[in-house]
Amino acid sequence: MRDKRMTADEVVGGIEGGMTVGIGGWGSRRKPMTLVKALLRSGVTDLTVVTYGGPDAGLLCAAGKVRKLVYGFVSLDSIPYDPWFKRARETGAIEVLELDEGMLQTGLRAAGHRLPFLPIRAGLGSDVLRCAPELKTVRSPYDDGEELVAMPALKLDVALVHLNRADRHGNAQYLGPDPYFDDLFCLAADKRYVSCEQVVETFDGPPQTLLLNRMMVDGVVEAPGGAGFTSCVPDYGRDEALQREYASAATDLEQWPDFYERFLG
Amino acid sequence: MSDITRAEVCVAACADLFLGAGETLASPMGLIPSLGAKLARLTTEPGLLLSDGEAFLLTAESAVEGWLPYRKVFDVVAHGRRHVVMGANQVDRFGNQNISAIGDHARPTRQLLGFRGAPGNTINHRTSYWVPRHSPRVLVEAVDVVSGVGYDRAVGPFHDVHRVVTNLAVLDFATPDHSMRIVSAHPGVSVDEVRRQTSFPLVADGVTETRLPTGEELDLIRTRLDPHATRDREVPR
Repeated sequence: MRDKRMTADEVVGGIEGGMTVGIGGWGSRRKPMTLVKALLRSGVTDLTVVTYGGPDAGLLCAAGKVRKLVYGFVSLDSIPYDPWFKRARETGAIEVLELDEGMLQTGLRAAGHRLPFLPIRAGLGSDVLRCAPELKTVRSPYDDGEELVAMPALKLDVALVHLNRADRHGNAQYLGPDPYFDDLFCLAADKRYVSCEQVVETFDGPPQTLLLNRMMVDGVVEAPGGAGFTSCVPDYGRDEALQREYASAATDLEQWPDFYERFLG
Repeated sequence: MSDITRAEVCVAACADLFLGAGETLASPMGLIPSLGAKLARLTTEPGLLLSDGEAFLLTAESAVEGWLPYRKVFDVVAHGRRHVVMGANQVDRFGNQNISAIGDHARPTRQLLGFRGAPGNTINHRTSYWVPRHSPRVLVEAVDVVSGVGYDRAVGPFHDVHRVVTNLAVLDFATPDHSMRIVSAHPGVSVDEVRRQTSFPLVADGVTETRLPTGEELDLIRTRLDPHATRDREVPR
């Protein structure tokens, strides 16, 4: 079996300007921050980023990497708003496709199933459709005739996710309470990269925690602490102090260059 | 019981949101609605299902009784056995809610969370709102961005915006055109004050006084659910 271990810089070496990159995790939870940092250090720009947004969204906006952000929300959880994302929106620096969070899942699922769209009720009547006129509705061909949102497939060029454990072949395991949507991000993408706290020979724990199998993964990066400052339970919780430092520096731009340099290391 | 606080009245009003809910997932956002849902489960609605805010369903004794990661929450949203109590940066006369952005969505003056789950919640199952600071800036004539869908835009078979509980009053949409109505004003609050703090005309026929929590409820709130009175930070005394 193939040994898919690589470095974060090797992962980012395969990402080109203009690509669509999906980022796993949720809010400020289990974000692939080591991979995001490598992306921040790279020269890549003009990305479309698809995310249940946390500091990944804010940092990539701060670094001018984002042309378009596709999201249901952006939040740091214990801090409601990400200051860099707010600034990017309020200065018109980025294009957006702002979705209901269930629509985002449905779009990933459609891409993973190689379908052009999947129907969903969410979005009807709301301003999601007004703000994104490219989203269409479809009428049920059955007797009910109900009109539904035809959520288009959110096809990804690249998926970046972080799990607790992986083996060198790309099987990967989450040990926390929630898989989030990391498997759907991988199924929706052409190239799939998982970073992990630890590369193991064999897995402990229930097999149901093996969220990704090796046909869903192209590269494995061993990155202990690789979700920090977001949470990666049970290996570690969120580093609230560092997150507060991030939010504070992102709010007061005089602090930002110093923070950013230290953060990228 | 003259020492009953406004926060405790609000908790009981939030508990009453769930009357008749049975075995339904209660998803309260914010402290007072969470206390209300827990209070309802300990009193009138023992069947309610409640999550720990992460991925587990917990019993009243904090034992894990179920697994509900976000993907399964989305399944419940679509299935419909859920009553969410959301916050609102703005809510309008017909129950449209905004948590997305202030100003023009294309170039907001203030970006907020995003649509989050509001469009899907409101089109799929019962939704209520909790407004800890009832003011004309929150209760607006028309929201800037429609995140949660109100009655004038409702489509589909499952739209059901139930009530708005604020620090001043309980409101609903049980009027011929589904415009907002005052159900009850909290003790010590006049109908005039509720109207002054609202940017649109409110229907106010047969307004009552919001009920006080019972002795049993007060005991549960004060000794079991919120012994450190964190509720006073959300609705000050």
